[in-house]
Amino acid sequence: MSLLDRLRRLRGVVPDDDIGGRTQALVVHGNEFGYDPFGMSRDSIRTAATVARWLYRHYFRAEAFGIEHVPAAGPLILVANHSGQLPFDGLVIGSACFLEMKQPRLVRAMVEFFVPTVPFASYLFSRWGQITGTPENCRRLLGAGEAVLVFPEGARGISKPFSKRYQLAEFGKGFMRLALEMGAPVVPVAVIGAEEQAPAVNVKPLAKLLRLPALPVVPYPPFVAPLPLPVKYRLYFGEPMTFTGDPDDDDEVLDDKVKQVKNAIQSMIHVGLREREHVFW
Amino acid sequence: MSSGKPKKVVITGISGRFGKIVARRLHHELGWQIVGLDRRPMQGRPKDIEHHQVDLRSKKARDVFRAGDVDALVHLGVMHDPRARAAELYSWNITGTTKLLEYCQAYRVPKVVLLSSANVYGPRPDNPQFLTEDAPLLAAQRFPQMRDLVEIDHLVSTFLWRARETETVILRPVHIVGPVHNAPSNYLRIERPPTLLGFDPMVQLVHVEDVAEAIAGALGPGRRGIYNIVGPGEVPLSAILRELRREPRMIPHPVAKPILGLAFRLGISSFPVAELDFIRYVCMVDGRRATAELGFRPRFGLRETIHAVDELA
Repeated sequence: MSLLDRLRRLRGVVPDDDIGGRTQALVVHGNEFGYDPFGMSRDSIRTAATVARWLYRHYFRAEAFGIEHVPAAGPLILVANHSGQLPFDGLVIGSACFLEMKQPRLVRAMVEFFVPTVPFASYLFSRWGQITGTPENCRRLLGAGEAVLVFPEGARGISKPFSKRYQLAEFGKGFMRLALEMGAPVVPVAVIGAEEQAPAVNVKPLAKLLRLPALPVVPYPPFVAPLPLPVKYRLYFGEPMTFTGDPDDDDEVLDDKVKQVKNAIQSMIHVGLREREHVFW
Repeated sequence: MSSGKPKKVVITGISGRFGKIVARRLHHELGWQIVGLDRRPMQGRPKDIEHHQVDLRSKKARDVFRAGDVDALVHLGVMHDPRARAAELYSWNITGTTKLLEYCQAYRVPKVVLLSSANVYGPRPDNPQFLTEDAPLLAAQRFPQMRDLVEIDHLVSTFLWRARETETVILRPVHIVGPVHNAPSNYLRIERPPTLLGFDPMVQLVHVEDVAEAIAGALGPGRRGIYNIVGPGEVPLSAILRELRREPRMIPHPVAKPILGLAFRLGISSFPVAELDFIRYVCMVDGRRATAELGFRPRFGLRETIHAVDELA
């Protein structure tokens, strides 16, 4: 049997009721071919959720605190700290909202612009509901009452070296402009665990040479963090924060509001770090 | 514009399959009097359609407008021949369009409709999923072949703002499919079309008859502006090929580029290498403005639109 056939059979395996039912319960604005305007399909979600659930429950043994703070419907911006070289934090937050909420919600993460240039990731991410991180895309989804996940630290966050763990990098302000414009509540999320999943040092000269924002290298083979360590994930969802004001205000005015969200995340990180006994369990 | 006499519309590029479809629609359904302008002869021309086999840049083309009784110009005559020399294409497209606009201004043509394309925005990895009409036209940055199309669009947009006494409409339809010979229809008719391994962008198609409908709508009084024209929805390229029962050949992008480049140079393929980006990245547009202001809605559904490529006998 060829590898392709085996993969096909794997795709044919019916996921258990939990995932099937939850996938069915998701709100998908699909057309007659089953795709939503961003290329997401329920069938792809179903397959991906099976793998995601294994990672969530068994590999990362994730725990979600305060998931009841996530509104069941309506536009929503989840804002979280970003770390760990590979975006497993996004996967775990998405899985938590899919698996732990009473009415499962599909979280649509804003991904980096280079993702559409990477073979397979380019279309798989969109099948799973992830979107290219442009303000227009975010606006459209919030307008349709969907939940969007933003990492305002962006590449600065995900590629930060081990020495900077749990120190929030500078936050972008785009999410606040969108929250104000679309009247969407912001739910701050603290992710504990991801910051240790791929301890890296930043090789600055090499990064400069390759014109990358950062070049994180893990001190063990194969040095580029293809697989995260099996750290334990703990997610803390804060209470929804609503903001009012002019989305076109100057950066300084927005800064105060952004800082409120950043502080909320930082204080949940402190609580989380205090409460945990070990990185791996 | 007198009420009793039928209105007179000049259509450039009338001799192509698409031009004929537009002419038929405007003639039969709106009762307009059609005057064709094309450097090619018009085969199977109905007797009541006037045709001038001329170059747009020539004096004869001006003569068509000189009487001052032209009620509208529909400009479809953008030449997109990947094999023609760039300088020749440029002169034909840009000089030709400039001349046409000159005639329209000199002889007070009250309506100009340009058929541009949603491709002028260009397929790019950082495109928002749906581009609106005010997005920059970046296609020419990556494809020199698209430069003419982008420049014509710019020329006519400038005309839109400058010549206030003329109602100018620019239509930017997504990939037009149907019994026509354009790149998307030709591509979808290939039995085993090449696709890029690991890429499967969302694509929008619109039926050729729906575009004709949009042109008819744009000719209505009071309509002016720039409009994206979107078909019945968006689907991944792979779903379209599955629906058509094609068997795609998946080629890794680093290999596809040199192969396609060679095939193009040898004359085996008619697709320039740069067009690979159309099966790699999204270039989709938001059609809400045309729906709201032109009342445009596609009549053909997704499946009908996809299968329209097979209508070519």
